[in-house]
Amino acid sequence: MIEVVIEDRCSGCGDCVEACPSDVLALGEGGKAVIAAQADCQTCLLCELYCPADALFVWPETERVAGVTAQQALASGQLGAFRRDHGWGEHAANRTNQHWRMGAIFERARLQAIELAAAKAARTEEGSST
Amino acid sequence: MSEVLTLATEVLVIGGGLAGAWAAVAAAREGADVVLVDKGHCGTSGVTATAGPGHWWVPPDRRETAVADRLQRSLGLGDPDWMGRILDLTWTSLPGLADHYAFSTDDRGEIQHRALRGPEYMRAMRAYAVAAGARILDHHPALQLLRHGDGSIAGASGIALRGERPWTIRAGAVVLAAGGTAFASRLLGSATNTGDGLLMGAEAGADLSGMEFTNYYTPALAGTNMARSMAYSFARWFDADDRELDIPNGPDVTPHLARALLKGPLFCRLDRVPDDIRAVMPQVQPNFVLPFARLGIDAYGERFEVVLHAEGTVRGIGGLRVDDQDCQTAVPGLYVAGDNASRELVTGAISGGGAVNSSWALSSGQWAGAAAARRARSTGARATDLAITTGRAGLIPRRDVRPVDTAGAVQAVREELNAYDKNIFRQGEALEASLARLDGIWKELADHGRAEGRAGLRLREAAALVAAGRWSKAAALARRESRGMHRREDAPGLDPRLSCRQRAQGLDRVFTRFEPAPAPDPLRAEVA
Ligand SMILES: Cc1cc2nc3c(=O)[nH]c(=O)nc-3n(C[C@H](O)[C@H](O)[C@H](O)COP(=O)(O)OP(=O)(O)OC[C@H]3O[C@@H](n4cnc5c(N)ncnc54)[C@H](O)[C@@H]3O)c2cc1C
Ligand code: SF4
Ligand code: SF4
Repeated sequence: MIEVVIEDRCSGCGDCVEACPSDVLALGEGGKAVIAAQADCQTCLLCELYCPADALFVWPETERVAGVTAQQALASGQLGAFRRDHGWGEHAANRTNQHWRMGAIFERARLQAIELAAAKAARTEEGSST
Repeated sequence: MSEVLTLATEVLVIGGGLAGAWAAVAAAREGADVVLVDKGHCGTSGVTATAGPGHWWVPPDRRETAVADRLQRSLGLGDPDWMGRILDLTWTSLPGLADHYAFSTDDRGEIQHRALRGPEYMRAMRAYAVAAGARILDHHPALQLLRHGDGSIAGASGIALRGERPWTIRAGAVVLAAGGTAFASRLLGSATNTGDGLLMGAEAGADLSGMEFTNYYTPALAGTNMARSMAYSFARWFDADDRELDIPNGPDVTPHLARALLKGPLFCRLDRVPDDIRAVMPQVQPNFVLPFARLGIDAYGERFEVVLHAEGTVRGIGGLRVDDQDCQTAVPGLYVAGDNASRELVTGAISGGGAVNSSWALSSGQWAGAAAARRARSTGARATDLAITTGRAGLIPRRDVRPVDTAGAVQAVREELNAYDKNIFRQGEALEASLARLDGIWKELADHGRAEGRAGLRLREAAALVAAGRWSKAAALARRESRGMHRREDAPGLDPRLSCRQRAQGLDRVFTRFEPAPAPDPLRAEVA
């Protein structure tokens, strides 16, 4: 659930308001982003990704409002972590998109499962012959 | 209420997820005027934007084998020609996205087109559609289709969420690409996918197919929506007493996990994920690692609790039935693409997640978009012809208007369609009871429901969820056998007489019928 806007960081650009697929955010009277419909938040994290100022903080729990404060969000060291891992903006140079490895990773898991099944079969075999 | 926004265009695309964006690109490329409306934001909404689909990306010399393998696993419901068509189009389309998506190169310097990361993919698709000339209206959910006196589609109407302003868009052809529905579960990225496209299509006269195949589930860290399955393919599973469960990973893991969950809490250890994969995970699936990092859980070191999220028709199969090679539905001028359509032709009775679904979205989107453009270019927008509304439930109540319990309706759909016992281990009696409950709720909504603005949208969403739930239960009830993901505890095993697709339709009364089996079946002759 979206928890908090760090007002000092927010420039009022409105990018998060446009990007939110559930229309949760709005620009408030002070020109800063505000959480207008928190209960509609689907915890997709994409407002964090689209905020160039790392001013938004989403908590991964979907069923409740955790009540994270701006201070807690700042202290977590997690503000902007999602945008960094995605290599957006200033992170482009040192965080490449490694998503293309997905197929090979699934294949490793498949081979591991086959190996484990074979090892298990061998153990049962051993067990039944002794 | 403020003044109605009125537009006329050649092609209207409803839904700006993967399929809708490809449809807009293809329609604009044919030279048509294109408007795309999305309930959310084209680029971030839909289930692609939060995931990262691997496509069915197979070089030409290996396609025959790939199709033969998939056809066998489709258990009689797939079609090899459609499979071949999506393989071809996936192969020729993805490289065209290079202006907007930074494709990676592998360790040997080869460009990798197969798997694209969701947020970057959908950001690129939006840019691609805009560059092709499409006009995008975000936060503009469609509520119903409009048709001409001759039954052909005339456009749609809906509401602009900002200012709660109604809109009407007249169009020569419409592509429905409003996604599948996870029946209001917490599946990542699926919140705006409430089955609206299924309801709108059915009200306009289209029928559905494959609605019994709605029981694919994905594990996620308890309390979160993070249904990214890759890491779980290495998982070990434990019960509350920390006893390891004998559950081998693979495509058939769901019933085992569901059985464990019906007994009590289920836990997972990811300690078998190899170190090199752990190291690269934040750059492969940044959203997978985030909940662990924020909640202070060492994903690879400690055990953690998991739940299964229902995927409904998303990585299930059913949807509106395509009636021709162009992905037109049974209604002239109404085309359907992506998860809004049934994917049986290309997946059969097993999930198309992991490769086939995204190739289907990309392909059906382009076929539907291009054909809609050709049709609309010949007929024009016909914006001055008389148009009739087709939406009923929640818009034109059959009886007196009175308050209806929208949230309760959505909750009932969750209970009937997401519960492991009711939806994974299916039984005739329980299916009948679910159907009866949903029929009652439908009647209440259709008889008395009416609301404006956002409340009106929520009411239509609830009606769509209930309608989709009824088609699913009715189809599951009629398919008295177990085939692919559809599993009947009271009818285990394949019934060769049911080796055919099943259509569903109807709103006030729901009914289904099996298509004739494609080839004469020797067993069938024997039975007769
Ligand atoms: C976690 C996850 C991982 C997946 N991984 C893979 C994979 O690796 N390979 C694969 O092939 N497939 C995969 N899939 C499936 C694949 O993502 C889908 O098949 C694909 O996204 C379908 O695209 P779509 O455009 O039909 O639907 P979506 O991308 O869901 O888009 C639907 C759009 O319609 C909009 N909409 C809904 N209602 C309305 C309305 N009333 N008016 C206007 N707009 C509306 C929504 O806001 C949304 O933007 C995965 C799915 C999930 C959930
Ligand atoms: S997490 Fe997603 S739904 Fe929630 S506010 Fe951010 S963008 Fe909107
Ligand atoms: S994107 Fe960030 S900086 Fe811009 S309005 Fe939203 S919170 Fe403020």
